[in-house]
Amino acid sequence: MTLPLFGPHDDPGPDFAGLVRRAGRASEPPLTPLADALRIPHGTTVVAVRYAEGVVMAGDRRATSGHLISHRTIEKVFPADRFSGVAIAGAAGPAIEMVTLFQLQLEHYEKVEGSHLSLEGKANQLSQMVRNHLPAAMQGLAVVPLFAGYDLARGSGRLFQYDVTGGRYEEQDYAASGSGMLHAGTVVKLGFRPGLDRAAVVDLALRALWTAADEDSATGGPDALRGIWPVVATISDQGYQRVPDVELSERFATLLEAERVSRGTTAPAGGQISGGDAR
Amino acid sequence: MSMPFYVAPEQVMKDRADYARKGIARGRSLIAAICSDGILLCAENPSATLRKISEIYDRIAFAGVGRYNEFDQLRVAGVRHADLKGYSYSREDVDARSLANAYAQALGQVFTHEMKPLEVEILVAEVGHEAAGDQIFHILYDGTVIDEPSRAVLGGDAEAIAGRFEAAHDTGATTVEVLAAAMGALAGPDRTLSAGEVEAAVLDRNGTRRAFRRLTDDEITAALASTPAAPAEADDTGGGAGADDETSGQGRAEGSAGAPGPDAAGAPASEPDGDEPLEGDEPDA
Repeated sequence: MTLPLFGPHDDPGPDFAGLVRRAGRASEPPLTPLADALRIPHGTTVVAVRYAEGVVMAGDRRATSGHLISHRTIEKVFPADRFSGVAIAGAAGPAIEMVTLFQLQLEHYEKVEGSHLSLEGKANQLSQMVRNHLPAAMQGLAVVPLFAGYDLARGSGRLFQYDVTGGRYEEQDYAASGSGMLHAGTVVKLGFRPGLDRAAVVDLALRALWTAADEDSATGGPDALRGIWPVVATISDQGYQRVPDVELSERFATLLEAERVSRGTTAPAGGQISGGDAR
Repeated sequence: MSMPFYVAPEQVMKDRADYARKGIARGRSLIAAICSDGILLCAENPSATLRKISEIYDRIAFAGVGRYNEFDQLRVAGVRHADLKGYSYSREDVDARSLANAYAQALGQVFTHEMKPLEVEILVAEVGHEAAGDQIFHILYDGTVIDEPSRAVLGGDAEAIAGRFEAAHDTGATTVEVLAAAMGALAGPDRTLSAGEVEAAVLDRNGTRRAFRRLTDDEITAALASTPAAPAEADDTGGGAGADDETSGQGRAEGSAGAPGPDAAGAPASEPDGDEPLEGDEPDA
């Protein structure tokens, strides 16, 4: 590999995606719509919620191909850089490729320019990448990310959602994306209060994913048997920090126990109370 | 019809080399050194924004002396080379040796084919997970690559500084201890450098994915304060020329680094064809 040197008039600057195109390594969108028989994996539900110290992002672990579960342990929430994260829903292959390119773009910018992009700059960068992806989205490979981060200049968490055309919408309190977004979004909407603390917001995100998994077949629930838990990450002035699985399993246990206590048992505890009436 | 004058190729190359050396000798110097907990890079640089040392990739750093615009262009090309390679293959496949070879090709090409050689000397360092895996490549203006086993000194007064630093440097010492020794060697016997006059960074052996970290002025000051013995040790080996107290001329003396321009221009001249091991495009030992 030779050194990529450019003259002052055709220098791509800190744009890594542009450099990848120049090097002829960019992927091309499919020319025709993908056949239904080609069932590509899709990622599903992700949420982002603001809290007192920043923002929390969470995503379930299931990828589906049509009605089949194609992966049980896919990850949909990623660090974009130290103070921001990106969560994806949609066609899994292009989505993960977009995240990789986005992470590299932020790091490349930082190294070439010697300074960070602002949080807004990062959000706009992702918007351009989603827009550039539109031709592939038209052929059935839509990717709809969420972007959230801690704005060092403002000292608060901010979050953004996107549409397939690259439209970028900043949300005040929370955002959800993917097939389970309606259910997850409703749970967050009902449970949200300004200035939630970390424990409360992690519980809220878990409850949202759990509810979505309960209603949406494409969203995976917590799997204690295999030890598969959602990916939950907090982004604060301490940076992007993934919540450890041990903490998630404990929180889920508490959450489900509370649920059991509050609604009572659906099946009779002893199995005999109403047995006689069923005939 | 006019005929161009015949100039012997030896003469052309010698003129270009002299020109490049003169440009490099005007700049202030830089030290890279292997330590127990990583690789230290330390340069005399009063600017807090125009950097001589920077990050290339997860475990690879770049440093350059000479003309700023020329080595900065090479730095950016190195970042592009590494990021493209990591994107095309894997992050593990990005290594200092292939980058050093790419730099050598580019510098050699310019040296032989362009009117003006690049007036730069650059360094590519990669920190290994164990000290044995550390690599320091020193690349000269004509594309010569030198694989430095434990330390490298680049820039104007390289030979004198290397002499001072060699005696003070212990690869088993920590970056903090070596920083004090490096600053003593850069300063020489007649002056001391303050934190604001140097730029320092480390490639952390046991750090997170991105091993490169700049040292703040506070960290540099603290490092100097915590190892009072090291600068004195460095000064001992300064050749005895500066018997005077080193506290004199702390602020202004930095200008003298630019002074040995015309005289010292030949100083690093013996390096490429001298007793240094020439590695060419060989893989490291």
